[in-house]
Amino acid sequence: MADEFAIDVKGMTKRFGKHTAVDHVDLQVRKGEVCGFLGPNGSGKTTFIRMLCGLLRADEGSGQCLGHDVIKDSDTIKRQVGYMTQKFSFWEDLTIEENLDFVARMYSIKNRRDTVRQSLDRLGLSARKDQLAGELSGGWKQRLALAACLIHEPQLLLLDEPTAGVDPIARRDFWKEIHELAGQGLTFLIATHYMDEAERCHRLAFIANGKLLTYGSVAEVVEQSHLTTWAVDGPDLLQLAEKLQALPGVEQAVPFGSILHISGPDQAALEQAIAPFRTAQYHWNQVPSGLEDVFIHLMEKPRETSSQ
Amino acid sequence: MKNPHGFSFARLWAIVVKEFIQMRRDRVTFAMMIGIPLIQLILFSYAINSDPRHLSAAIVVADHGPQGRAILSALRNSTYFQFVRQVPTEAEAQAALARGEVQFMISIPEHFTRDLLRGDRPTLLVEADATDPGATGGPLGALPSILNAALQNDAKGPLDYLASTDSPIDLRIHAKYNPEAITHYTIVPGLLGVVLTMTMVMITALAITRERESGTMENLLSMPTRPLEVMIGKILPYILVGYIQMGLILAASHFLFHVPMVGSLWLLMGVTLVFIAASLAVGVTFSTLAQNQRQAMQMTLFFFLPSILLSGFMFPFRGMPNWAQALGEILPLTHFLRLVRGILLKGNGIDDVLRQLWQIALFGVVVLTIAVFRYRRTLD
Repeated sequence: MADEFAIDVKGMTKRFGKHTAVDHVDLQVRKGEVCGFLGPNGSGKTTFIRMLCGLLRADEGSGQCLGHDVIKDSDTIKRQVGYMTQKFSFWEDLTIEENLDFVARMYSIKNRRDTVRQSLDRLGLSARKDQLAGELSGGWKQRLALAACLIHEPQLLLLDEPTAGVDPIARRDFWKEIHELAGQGLTFLIATHYMDEAERCHRLAFIANGKLLTYGSVAEVVEQSHLTTWAVDGPDLLQLAEKLQALPGVEQAVPFGSILHISGPDQAALEQAIAPFRTAQYHWNQVPSGLEDVFIHLMEKPRETSSQ
Repeated sequence: MKNPHGFSFARLWAIVVKEFIQMRRDRVTFAMMIGIPLIQLILFSYAINSDPRHLSAAIVVADHGPQGRAILSALRNSTYFQFVRQVPTEAEAQAALARGEVQFMISIPEHFTRDLLRGDRPTLLVEADATDPGATGGPLGALPSILNAALQNDAKGPLDYLASTDSPIDLRIHAKYNPEAITHYTIVPGLLGVVLTMTMVMITALAITRERESGTMENLLSMPTRPLEVMIGKILPYILVGYIQMGLILAASHFLFHVPMVGSLWLLMGVTLVFIAASLAVGVTFSTLAQNQRQAMQMTLFFFLPSILLSGFMFPFRGMPNWAQALGEILPLTHFLRLVRGILLKGNGIDDVLRQLWQIALFGVVVLTIAVFRYRRTLD
């Protein structure tokens, strides 16, 4: 049973003074799964990831990570986990090869030279191996960081917003790489803000104000939100959005290009609200709620409860 | 009509206000702006004295006649000398001089009074530790007039011939270790300590703070490494750098300034290792306290300033008041200066060296203990 999960933790809590950054979060991630970790800025994603790899001591919580006690065995876990920091954290005054060589030495890897060469080849960094890391563009820095995280053949990768500031082509290559690695049995926990990336994950965990709000596959998360969405096309959509926003039952009215998405958690109330506007000049049709609609819906919810 | 592209006092004021806000937020810089002038004011006005008085002397008194006593009390009353110990033989007094425990030794030989009264010009031996010519120049220059004045009182009536003779005493002054009072001999070996203090403390303080500032510390901490590995790994390369600096300064002092090297170079290398290690420990500790590289630099300056002023490098150590000497005794540079001068100029051996060296080692251990407690293996 326990072997099924790469991450299986309960009640993980971290406080900084009076502020609770992570509040009793339970999370299970199966081996070989790519789990997307979503949440607004400052919601506790980075803190949670740092607790998993032993960079922060948890105030409460228990469980296992790769079969080791997440609190007591953080030294053992460190050897089997690859952690990619949010901000590029390799040595900018070392070359690509020197950075990889340093990491390989830190993990006491046998056949170090071969391992470094293979790693350079696999990520297409061989031609640039003598370039200083500080001179690389965002996409290449991210490749170097991924190569360095993989050098000790970890079983679990914790990636904290790995594609921030990376162009779309590099991002697509990056995700292709991740799915290949997941196919080989690696487990991923990836913090991200991008909806298209979230949709590429097997499973999503959504965290806000330190609390886990929802967990499941993309379809499950959308379904659990019980969100209804209508798309409308027509003249003066901004004015329409303003009017609709004020009505009960309408939670969001968000422009998507030349279309407006109207959504709310109560289908009947929403349909009642839009009924007066279903005139000939507007073209209405119901669409499946997108992940972004759900994301914003979940972000609004804790704000409402906290303001009460 | 106002020209919108001209000089605007509103914009100027905006920048002034912003500078003040930033100044107030940056506590360490603020402390520097207040602290550095205060430290300098106190040290320069109270602690530093270029005409030092009350210098420690060991006396050897083999004759207890009235003239000998008169001379001793005249020396004491001159306020140049303070007799801190009386020893039975000249050899013992000279050993104290070699160890740097006293600045002077004054010996009144046997039959001093008898020979004086006979007009046989008895010898009065004064030896000075001239490794710091700044401290000994004043008192030695004043000696003849102090002695003459002392004898004037007695040179009345039947003894008035004492006043008429040119000098009834054969005053022998030995400015030991640096008889020509060449300041290079003092400054250049001292510079070794000053350069090492500055660079060793600063380099390590920056090396670790830089890791934290650039975010690479998080990466380092996420790898399986122990704090001791990180610290020693950071320190070792700079020990080598310290030795290169030492080699440069010693070569320069030998070939350019012809500073004598009486003692053992191996001993000096050993002593320097302890000093480098203590300085690096200070740097590591600063790096655990500083938030960024600029603060690390400022802390280094805070440490460097008293080191250079209170150690006896710039001004005679024994010329300072007791509280300043007590502060100076804590600083590793004070002991290192004595050691370098002791080994190079006096030829001090290992026994003499250990008396100072343990104090540098103790300082290093205390400081490193703080560093180990402050160093975090996590980002908490």
